[in-house]
Amino acid sequence: MAKEVKLFGMWASPFSRRVELALKLKGIPYEYIEEDLSNKGPSLLKYNPIHKKVPLLVHEEKPVAESLVILEYLDETWKHNPILPQDPYERAMARFWGKFIDEKLLPTSAKVGLSKGKEEQEQAMEEVHDQLKILENELKGKEFFSGNSIGYLDVVANILFWFRTEEEVGGLKVLSTEKFPMICEWIEKLIKIDVVNECRIPKEKYDDYVKLRQKASKSASS
Amino acid sequence: MLKSEDVKVLGSWSSPFVMRARIALNIKSVNYEYLEERLWEGKSELLLKSNPVHKKIPVLIHGDKPICESLVIVQYIDEVWSSGPSILPSDSHERATARFWAAYLDEKWFPTMKTIGLAQGEDARKAVIPQLEEGLVLLEEAFGKCSKGKPFFGGDQIGFQDIAFGCFLGWLRVTEKMNGAKLLSEDKTPALLEWAHRFCSDAAVKDVMPETDKLAEFSKMIMAKMRAAATPKS
Repeated sequence: MAKEVKLFGMWASPFSRRVELALKLKGIPYEYIEEDLSNKGPSLLKYNPIHKKVPLLVHEEKPVAESLVILEYLDETWKHNPILPQDPYERAMARFWGKFIDEKLLPTSAKVGLSKGKEEQEQAMEEVHDQLKILENELKGKEFFSGNSIGYLDVVANILFWFRTEEEVGGLKVLSTEKFPMICEWIEKLIKIDVVNECRIPKEKYDDYVKLRQKASKSASS
Repeated sequence: MLKSEDVKVLGSWSSPFVMRARIALNIKSVNYEYLEERLWEGKSELLLKSNPVHKKIPVLIHGDKPICESLVIVQYIDEVWSSGPSILPSDSHERATARFWAAYLDEKWFPTMKTIGLAQGEDARKAVIPQLEEGLVLLEEAFGKCSKGKPFFGGDQIGFQDIAFGCFLGWLRVTEKMNGAKLLSEDKTPALLEWAHRFCSDAAVKDVMPETDKLAEFSKMIMAKMRAAATPKS
C-alpha cells in the first residue's frame, strides 16, 4: 500500500525522533531527509509553508505536519502494528496524556533552561517535578505507559530521555531514581529495545550541538 | 459499550471549548445533562474530581468515566457513537488536515486573540488585529481546499474542522465589536463570512452559541479582572 514515504527531520529534535520511532515500530519503509534548520530546504518550505518545521511526513506527495498528527495518520493509514489502543476510552486517555506531555511538561521544562537566577530556576524545577509526579502515577501497575507493550504514549514520552536520569541542571536534579523510580525504570526498559535506541538523540553529539548554538548566539549578540 | 449510560457535560456557557463537546453530542443526537460551572465562584467538587490534572472545563462524563480536553472529547464522541453522522472525515489525509488546523487554532490563533484582553491600551490591542486577519486568510484558503465547493469544511455537514474553528465565532464577533474591526470580511474572507452564518444557524450549533452582546458584557467583566490581576503590585 505504501507508495512513497518521506520524512523531513532533524536528528536533535525529539518530535522528529518520535515519528522515526513510530515508523520503525510499524515497519513502514521511508526515506529520511535531514534538514539543516538554519538553512531550510525548498521541499520543506513548500510542503509545510505555515510552520516551516520538522518533522514533516510526505506520503504520496501529500504533506502531514505536527508530530502528534503524524502519529495518528500513520496508525490510520497502516493498520498493522497499531500504536494507539482500539478502545475509544483508552484512546482518549492516550491522547490526553500525549497533550499533557507536549503542552504542559515540555514548556515547563523549557522554563528551567531559560530561568534567570537560582530562585526562578528552583521554582521552574518544582513545577517540572509536580508534573513528573503526575506522569509517574500513570505508570503504576504497568510495564509501559501504553500497557504491556510500547505504544503511542511511550513514543510521545520520548521527551523524557532528554531529561537524563541523575543529571543536574544548576545543582538540581530534574530526574532522579529516588523521586521518580518508575519513570527511570521505564527509561531503562526502553533503551534496551533496539528500535528505541536507534531513535534516541545521541548524548555527546547533542551536548556539542548545544554548545555550538550557545556560542553562535553569544557571538551574534556581541 | 457504555452507549445507553449517563452522559454529562461540565461546562460554562461562554467557553468555546465547551461548545465543541456540546455540538458533537448534538450532531450524534445524544441526550446529555449539562452542568454549568460558575467558574468565578469557585470550581465544583465534581469538576475537581473529574479533572484533577487541569481542573478545567469541558469535561465529558460518560457513565463513570471522565474525558477531558475538548478535541479529545470530540474524537471520543465520534468513535463511541459511530452509528451517527461522522465528525472526522473518513480519508486519513483529510483527518490529518482537520487535526492540523485544529492544532493551529488552539496553539496559535486563539492564544493570539486572547492577548487582546490583556493588551494595555488601544494601540496594543489594534496591533494584534492584523495577526488574527493573517490567520483567517490562511483558514479561508484551507476552507476552499477542504470544503471542495460544499457548505462546510466537513462537506455537506459540520465536521471536526468546522467545530474546532466555529466555536470561536462568538469571541471573534466580540473582538470585532469591541475593537471596531472586521476580522471576517467580504474582501479578504468572503467564503468564511458565509460559512460563519451557516455554522451558527445549524441545528447542532444555534442553541449553544452564546449571543454576542451577552458575551461582550461578560468579556468586559473578565478583561477588568485580568487587568487587575496583571497589574504589578508595587
